[in-house]
Amino acid sequence: MAGLTKKGIGGFLARQGILVAFAVFIIGFTIANPRFIDPDNVMGVLRSSAILGVMALGVTFVVISGNLDLSVGSMMSFSTIVVLDLHDKIGPALAIPAMFAMTLALGAFIGFLVGYLKLNSLIVTLGMLSAIHGLTLTYSGGKNMDIDDKEGTWFSVFGQGDALGIPIPILLFALVAVLLGAMLSKTPFGRKVYAVGGNGTAATFSGIRRARTVFMCYLISAFCVAMAGLIQASRSLGSQNTVGQGLELEVLAAVILGGASLLGGSGTIFKTVIGVLILGFIQNGLLLVGLQFYVQFVVTWIIIILAVWLDIAAKRGKLWSPIA
Amino acid sequence: MQAGTLSKYLKSGAIWGFIVLELIFFSIAGEFLAVSDKAFMDADNMLLLFKQSAPIGIIAMGMTIIMVNGNIDLSVGAIYAICAIVLLDSMTWPMFAGLGDWVIPVAWALALLTGILLGALNGLIVWKTGVDAFIVTLGSMLGYRGLVFMYNGEQPTSHLNWTLVDFAEAQFMGLHTATWFLLAVTVAIWFLMNRTVHGRNAYAIGNNREAAVNAGIRIGPHMMINFMIIGFLAALSAVVFYSESGSVNPNDGQLYELWVITAVVLGGTKLTGGAGSIISTFGGVVAIQLLRKGLAHIGADTSTVNLVIGLILIVVLFLDRQLNVKGKEELKI
Repeated sequence: MAGLTKKGIGGFLARQGILVAFAVFIIGFTIANPRFIDPDNVMGVLRSSAILGVMALGVTFVVISGNLDLSVGSMMSFSTIVVLDLHDKIGPALAIPAMFAMTLALGAFIGFLVGYLKLNSLIVTLGMLSAIHGLTLTYSGGKNMDIDDKEGTWFSVFGQGDALGIPIPILLFALVAVLLGAMLSKTPFGRKVYAVGGNGTAATFSGIRRARTVFMCYLISAFCVAMAGLIQASRSLGSQNTVGQGLELEVLAAVILGGASLLGGSGTIFKTVIGVLILGFIQNGLLLVGLQFYVQFVVTWIIIILAVWLDIAAKRGKLWSPIA
Repeated sequence: MQAGTLSKYLKSGAIWGFIVLELIFFSIAGEFLAVSDKAFMDADNMLLLFKQSAPIGIIAMGMTIIMVNGNIDLSVGAIYAICAIVLLDSMTWPMFAGLGDWVIPVAWALALLTGILLGALNGLIVWKTGVDAFIVTLGSMLGYRGLVFMYNGEQPTSHLNWTLVDFAEAQFMGLHTATWFLLAVTVAIWFLMNRTVHGRNAYAIGNNREAAVNAGIRIGPHMMINFMIIGFLAALSAVVFYSESGSVNPNDGQLYELWVITAVVLGGTKLTGGAGSIISTFGGVVAIQLLRKGLAHIGADTSTVNLVIGLILIVVLFLDRQLNVKGKEELKI
């Protein structure tokens, strides 16, 4: 019986539930408001999802390796502020690599603490959330950062430009997604990430350097954050110190929605992209249907719980938990 | 054996040593850097310190049970904000118009009930679906915050009731009302954790869940009660604070979960569950408030406070692990 149901509709729903839910949402919103499927609207949603999306790609690596990263939001504020500040001081061509280097240094610090010192990633990144926020405020002196010459700089291309009729943020998101997706599924490093997250002890005994793998995951996450900061800075050409505040939770929501387990060892880049798109399209769809902006938070809450619940229910074969 | 006891002693006493260090440091540094002429260890200043630690401290007591139990609750900041709105808004509802000042206990009860219900909802989901508490409360943190914004948009909700303000600002035997609430909650939760079956079960479940199940402890209802307790305490914290301030912004309470968890971890509670003490959590709460106040005293701004607290959290985690590893090695011999 169990074998039959696994192959039947229930099994398909369990494995591809998130795709089915996505399709249902698209159809539902399109019926409610045909403008939803309009190419302009779709492009708009994709463009505004790109920043969250790029960050979610990096966090996927961290989550698969069995850790958490709650510091990506404040790290994104940091990289945005730094690149905007350096833009006027040393020019965009030098500011971008400098910002990437500084963000990667933060990522390396976290990777060192979690990977080599084996500290609990939840608390380390919670601490870094606060510490990096403090660092950003110290750097900027608490002031908003603005570029002087907003019209004349080529820096705006990353956030506002188009290539072949597609906005650059979407292209960057797609590029990073393809690169990281290939890295995760086609390279030995990707397999090591799954191994470390699935069973760390077994991975160590098979000769995988666990500390180094975790360290690399945090570097990748920091790289994605720097990319997101670049897009954000380039899009607005000016920023507050708190631009990324709270994003860490939305990012985590997207990754979880994509089906990555917080225990590590499972998840894919493709599914994370789906998770990001679901969040983006729901947000947009609810607005188009005419609901208040804040309803999306409540809907996101319900969707996250349902998605994770159905996922584990399919794995244990029972809807309700066996907890007495 | 000797060294094992020593490291245990070091660990349980560490938070108080840290507080003494802070006091000495800020008193001396204050002599040179202070913005005001007042000494740091001024009696009024210390009384104020306890009052200011109350909102975080009251919630931290609940978080200690949750974490000893092996769970975590990220939604406390949002629950805090909802309960604050219920408290202030319900006092203006027309149906209570005839009550006069008797509206106060009604509003308090409504706010506390809201907290218990929201906590119960978290607990019920954790229990019935088997989804990890981290994910459940991460979700409800977004969802509850969404409810806060749906209630009144981005407008603040305000209502001042002067009887209530007088009560909240009162001092009894030198201590402020908020301090009394913090002390009462600390004593009550200490009693719950150390002298009741429920408390012993919390340690048992956090320490070894399988063994606890086999010993016949019903984990589900136990966790749900814990979430109701922390919901109640988040509401109580809001009630105590907003009785005095009388105005709540929809963003209030954001990052409270961060401060609360920091205080609990500073107090030595294990994230993996099974270990932790209410008295040490109280120490953690005081230590954090002392740090914020001390840094402000020597003229540092919020950015430095954030930076220092984040780094201290990491250092504590590192030291704690070093001491633990040491203890384990000694066990082997």
